[in-house]
Amino acid sequence: MKILVCISKVPDTTSKINFVDDNSKFDENGVQYIVNPYDEWYALVRSLELVESNGGTVTTITVGNSSDDPTIRKALAIGANDAVRINAEPTDPYFVAKQIANYAENENYDIIMTGKETIDYNGSQIGSMVSAILDMPFVSLASKLDVEGSKAVLERDVQGGLEVVEVDFPFVLSASKGMAEQRIPNMRGIMAARTKPLKVIEPVDQKVLTSVIKFELPNPKTGCKYVDPENMDELVELLHNESKVI
Amino acid sequence: MSVLVFVEIKDKLSKAVQEAITYGKSLGKVTLLTYGDVSDSVLLETGNFGVEHVLICKSISERNEQLLSQLIVNAVKKYNCEYIILSQDQTGKAVAPRVAANLEAGHISGAISFPENTDEFTVKTNVFSGKAIAFVSVHTPIKVISILPNSITPKENKTTASITEFNEDLGEARIKVKELKPLGDGIPLPEAELVVSAGRGLKGPENWGIVEELANSLGATTACSRPVADIGWRPHHEHVGQTGVAIRPNLYIAAGISGAIQHLAGVNGSKVIVVINTDPEAPFFKAADYGIIGDAFEVLPRLTSAINNFKSSQ
Repeated sequence: MKILVCISKVPDTTSKINFVDDNSKFDENGVQYIVNPYDEWYALVRSLELVESNGGTVTTITVGNSSDDPTIRKALAIGANDAVRINAEPTDPYFVAKQIANYAENENYDIIMTGKETIDYNGSQIGSMVSAILDMPFVSLASKLDVEGSKAVLERDVQGGLEVVEVDFPFVLSASKGMAEQRIPNMRGIMAARTKPLKVIEPVDQKVLTSVIKFELPNPKTGCKYVDPENMDELVELLHNESKVI
Repeated sequence: MSVLVFVEIKDKLSKAVQEAITYGKSLGKVTLLTYGDVSDSVLLETGNFGVEHVLICKSISERNEQLLSQLIVNAVKKYNCEYIILSQDQTGKAVAPRVAANLEAGHISGAISFPENTDEFTVKTNVFSGKAIAFVSVHTPIKVISILPNSITPKENKTTASITEFNEDLGEARIKVKELKPLGDGIPLPEAELVVSAGRGLKGPENWGIVEELANSLGATTACSRPVADIGWRPHHEHVGQTGVAIRPNLYIAAGISGAIQHLAGVNGSKVIVVINTDPEAPFFKAADYGIIGDAFEVLPRLTSAINNFKSSQ
């Protein structure tokens, strides 16, 4: 089986978020980048498990410039066979989806996976958009994936519960927590990653549909009011009369 | 301006549905699209929030991304809609980007405000898991907007709705639903207005009784921190934080959670935060509105009985 995993780089979860250039740009100063956790821990690792037991290849794809290469190498170190980078700034979600779909169109992947969202823009858009462009079924927020022949059985998060669904190849999915366990790359993997193929491809034209014009930080809390642990009636009174939430 | 609001409706109009209609109404004349087995009386209630026209597709009974996206696209084309409003819930996440891509329309994912500017249509969204806010502009004539639950206040706006059946030929479903495993009848976390959450400070899954009792007396939904979900004390769907669910309830009560930056990212959209911790240095107090330095095993039952007394005096 052939699997394509979409990965993107995001600031480490402990990063302090600041902006520069009149709040129009993310401040990269001192920020450590990682592979987006949903892409890495769930989509990539589950893909590797599937090809380990069924045979096949796992290719990663990223839309970005050369500053993405270290995180792409990390994915190769974890075990992906090869990588593709579309050499462009990921301007908006549709642009990214279009590049991925354009590459995948003639490659006959059985499954195209994304994480359920990136932890920077939290859009949860790419998988769904890729499925639309390629006219493939899309299974969103999947927490379990098993393969039986040329079809897959998945569990996904829906309103009010978990749904078990069945779908034939090819399809697109977004992976959420539960699909696999995080893998730490070993020294052999890290060494091998240096020489694995990373193909750089120029983007196709696509006009921008949306853009971020500026950022803002949320208002900081004005300070914590301490309440005596013996006196919970006072807390109830504050929640009712002062903040009016109960 | 013609607005299409797509929502899922069960036996009543959930707050998320009311929010989506209110948002749509602020932009123009609202046509509401839904599917499945919904009674006319519930559909007519949407008129209380300003819906003039309801379209219902009774031939779809299951949630299917491909069929629902096609249904929405058909409705947009038939009624010349400029705005498509959805809730950023599980269905919205699956369907909205697909609709946007099919129409090559700009999509705003997780809007938290009404448009800031309608000349160059701009809306605020949460980014960096709630650590920041982005102002996103849409440059296309058709705009798809998914709104984050609990971001705007529903507003009544009485009119009379008419109902039309909208059964389209949508092709065959390529995803087959085998089974639904329900998670209980409680309010799902992203929509909950009141949330009681606990972490490792509770020492073990057998101690969650005091958390559930407080949640029950408040009518709140329960949540937990990541370590607690990872070691299997609580189910994964309760995990709030940067790699779990991001929530924005009116009240978030956290017991025995220190408040790591990744946890704060998922909850700092809450209007009021109450933190209960034995450690006065716990970083969570910096993000709290009310702090209680004390033992959760004593404070939670005490708070439960204070809530019960308050409720019986109302």
